[in-house]
Amino acid sequence: MESGFPLLTLTIWLPIIGGVAVLASGDRDHGVSKWTGLTFAVLTFLVSLALWAGFDPTSSDMQFVERTPWIPSFDVYYQVGVDGISMPLIVLTTFVTIFVLVAGWETITYKPSHYMAAFLIMEGLMVGVFSALDAILFYVFWEAMLIPMFIIIGVWGGPNRVYATIKFFLYTFFGSVFMLVALIYMYFQSGSFSILDFHGLELGMTAQTLIFVAFLLAFAVKVPMFPVHTWLPDAHVEAPTGGSVILAAIMLKIGGYGFLRFSLPITPDASASLDWLIIALSLIAVVYIGFVALVQQDMKKLIAYSSIAHMGFVTLGFFILFGILQRSGVSTGAVMGIEGGMVQMISHGFISGALFLCVGVLYDRVHSRQIADYGGVVNTMPWFGAFLVFFAMANAGLPGTSGFVGEFMVILAAFRADFWFAFLAATTLVLAAAFTLWMVKRVVYGEVKSDKVAQLEDLNGREAFNLGALAAAVLLFGLWPAPLVNVMHATVENLVVQVGACKLPAAESGDCVLPRPAPVAALGTP
Amino acid sequence: MPYEAINPMPVLPEIAIMLTACTVLLVDLYLKEKDKGIAHDLALIGLVAAIGLTGLVGGGAQTVAFGGNVVRDPMSDLLKGATLMVAFFGFVYARPWLKDRHLLAGEFYVLGLFAVLGMLVMISAGSFLTLYLGLELLSLCLYALVAFDRDSKAGSEAAMKYFVLGALGSGMLLYGVSMIYGATGSIELAAVARAVAEHGIADKVLVFGIAFLVIGVGFKFGAVPFHMWVPDIYQGAPTPVTLFLGSAPKIAAFALAVRLLVDGMGGLHSDWQGMLVILSVLSMGLGNLLAIAQTNIKRMLAYSTISHVGFIFLGLLAGSAQGYAAAMFYAIVYAVMAAGAFGILTILSREGFDAENLDDLKGLNDRDSWFAAMMAILMFSMAGVPPAAGFMAKLLVLEAVVRVDMVWLAVVAVFFSIIGAFYYLRVVKLIYFDRPDTDAPIVTSNGVRAAMTANGLAVLFLGLFPAALLGLCQASFR
Repeated sequence: MESGFPLLTLTIWLPIIGGVAVLASGDRDHGVSKWTGLTFAVLTFLVSLALWAGFDPTSSDMQFVERTPWIPSFDVYYQVGVDGISMPLIVLTTFVTIFVLVAGWETITYKPSHYMAAFLIMEGLMVGVFSALDAILFYVFWEAMLIPMFIIIGVWGGPNRVYATIKFFLYTFFGSVFMLVALIYMYFQSGSFSILDFHGLELGMTAQTLIFVAFLLAFAVKVPMFPVHTWLPDAHVEAPTGGSVILAAIMLKIGGYGFLRFSLPITPDASASLDWLIIALSLIAVVYIGFVALVQQDMKKLIAYSSIAHMGFVTLGFFILFGILQRSGVSTGAVMGIEGGMVQMISHGFISGALFLCVGVLYDRVHSRQIADYGGVVNTMPWFGAFLVFFAMANAGLPGTSGFVGEFMVILAAFRADFWFAFLAATTLVLAAAFTLWMVKRVVYGEVKSDKVAQLEDLNGREAFNLGALAAAVLLFGLWPAPLVNVMHATVENLVVQVGACKLPAAESGDCVLPRPAPVAALGTP
Repeated sequence: MPYEAINPMPVLPEIAIMLTACTVLLVDLYLKEKDKGIAHDLALIGLVAAIGLTGLVGGGAQTVAFGGNVVRDPMSDLLKGATLMVAFFGFVYARPWLKDRHLLAGEFYVLGLFAVLGMLVMISAGSFLTLYLGLELLSLCLYALVAFDRDSKAGSEAAMKYFVLGALGSGMLLYGVSMIYGATGSIELAAVARAVAEHGIADKVLVFGIAFLVIGVGFKFGAVPFHMWVPDIYQGAPTPVTLFLGSAPKIAAFALAVRLLVDGMGGLHSDWQGMLVILSVLSMGLGNLLAIAQTNIKRMLAYSTISHVGFIFLGLLAGSAQGYAAAMFYAIVYAVMAAGAFGILTILSREGFDAENLDDLKGLNDRDSWFAAMMAILMFSMAGVPPAAGFMAKLLVLEAVVRVDMVWLAVVAVFFSIIGAFYYLRVVKLIYFDRPDTDAPIVTSNGVRAAMTANGLAVLFLGLFPAALLGLCQASFR
């Protein structure tokens, strides 16, 4: 579907233009730059809502496609489009950015215009990542995104910020450069950089495995998955509140998105033969990291580890499908696993973002993130206490909140593949409840622990707006997840069809684990 | 014997530079100390005129002049234009630095302009003779420029080292040329190429000739293991001279490599490819690893140059038109980035103080956030992070090596670029995350500020819209 008005391009570039405008407005008058920034963020959100309104959920095709030559001699195009997988993530990005800007309103005193600009530029780049259909364009957005985040953590972060931000940058850079080589390799196999052409590409098992590993390096670092997750707690602890929110709410999702957009459809056979690896790493993340989270003393670190555990759920949901396909041959379970992972990503975006905002609220007042420094906060901050308890419950997967929906779907899908997968995955319900609620108990309830806590003031209007809006979103998608699931359903079904078909060239067809597709070209290729 | 009128059209840019250099030399005699700026202005006018003339006489198919000694083709047009522009930036950045140290003399511009002339001659050389002539003109001017601050011991030492090692490199090159002359009977590149195509590698003298040519090219580029001179010279030379010799001559060195290896020895690509693979991998590895250990930023940038040379060789060794175009794109982009990075150092220097150590960049963002942003763009570009031009350059050379089925080499290259990212990030860290040690204001002229802005934004622009420059590069190898 070609669209006349470049709505998608507007969503990508409006915040970037806004960022430049905010930079230009400078720090002479903070009010002007802040309001300019907020205006652009809200406008971008409205544009993305228009995108959502114009999106046809019954189709699995790319929509709002725009295609202009960029580097013609290398077949690189500025090609963007959205489908059911990227649509919700784009709206999540534009939605969360507003709260990030509002959260930094008064607390950022050092060069606030640069702070606002960095987040706006990053917003545009992240939307770009979700909508790029050209591999090089994708890579440019993917890497460019590191620059503002590097600066945000490094400039406005905590005492150990330099170590954390360089670690963050190098980890992600390390992961992604090998992906670049894989993308170039596929260009020579397919003759184009279009991601949709990659989807239809026949690749031998060796090539698939190497490409899968390259993608795994890139996305596993971003998600982050078990052995390469260590940058995340550091980055979260040192980042300013807004940086943590963006990291947890959106950046991690880009890794998950990469699995759906690249790994699964491009290398289905390698994914099928290596799915045990991802499932094992995911379960380690869920169980082991859950225990690690339990012993954290620092609230931000605790939420960071909780993010890793929850993202383990997401990758589990994405890769459980091969087990299901091989066992029963029905695809509904597979679809449910992926959709569950997607819902979990969106919901975790709201919940972890909100939890980091909550920690930010406390940190702004007391300048400590240590759980031991708090206690009895509810006595002085009743509204805040209510919100924190609510988000903690959501984080633990309480039915009625969005946290429950995704986890439930993934566990249900896991049961179809293997009882023990599901059993181990379900321990998260216990563990998440344990580490989140125990933290809440120590921070919110009990006697007023110190003078500092006794002098706390409850939420101001700005903070209440942030937490209130996110709480509404959590509740909305918890009680009524249908709109979210509907948007992605057609796309995910198409994805499962694509992933469920062997892509090895005819010469190697004996090695197919997956059924070979009918001679008709796979869906979704142009 | 029919009389052939010499057609001076292809060499008009060279003539313009030559005339400017002579004019500056003459005018400078009559200039008082306070009017020395006129020499600077004249030099800039000469460069602009040469850029204009390059555009004017450029375009269209190859023209051969002076009995095959001079070749004007799309490649020479683009490389000349790029060289002249980078030299323009170099002169603009140098002026306040020289003025502060009472070194603003006509000689700097005369030597600089003759060096530019040498580069132009190299770029459009059609025979070994012109190639060597241009190379020596360039080298001799650079030796003198490195020692330009005559009171500086480090500068004199660097100049001495540069001279000895440079002479060694030139000697190797000359030795190789003589062998090739012996094997093919010609010093004209076109004739050599024909002879090579005819005889192939059968002639052992030719093999030795190529080996020495590659050594000579390696010396001039500063590729490992012929890199020993680079760090010392970069560190010892006055910053504007480091800027000058670290930027535009890379473009000329690229022309040298293409003229020798591609135009002359193109038929023996499979023989020199292996040598370049070794040079390239060693350069990327050693350059990136040693750069991490540096505290002097000029030295760090010297090692970074070495690693970038490895990347340029990646494109050359691919041996395809795409590969040459990619290497050309890389060389031009690198020259622009290097000019900018050293430009920042000249800006940060002031009377009695040279910004040389990494710590001198501390808190640049607090002192001048615009220059900080430009330097950050340059550093991210050198690290190969999009959307800056350095990423596109790396992408194109990687593409070229993957195209010739050397995926392992691409993997090695990206691996070393991760290591490289660290020390560029450290510079960004100093600029943005640290507080300044000094509150001395940064004083610059509007001209320098404008040049820096143009330089930094050019790097960003080439990263966002590489198609135009890439198209020109590709047209050079069709």
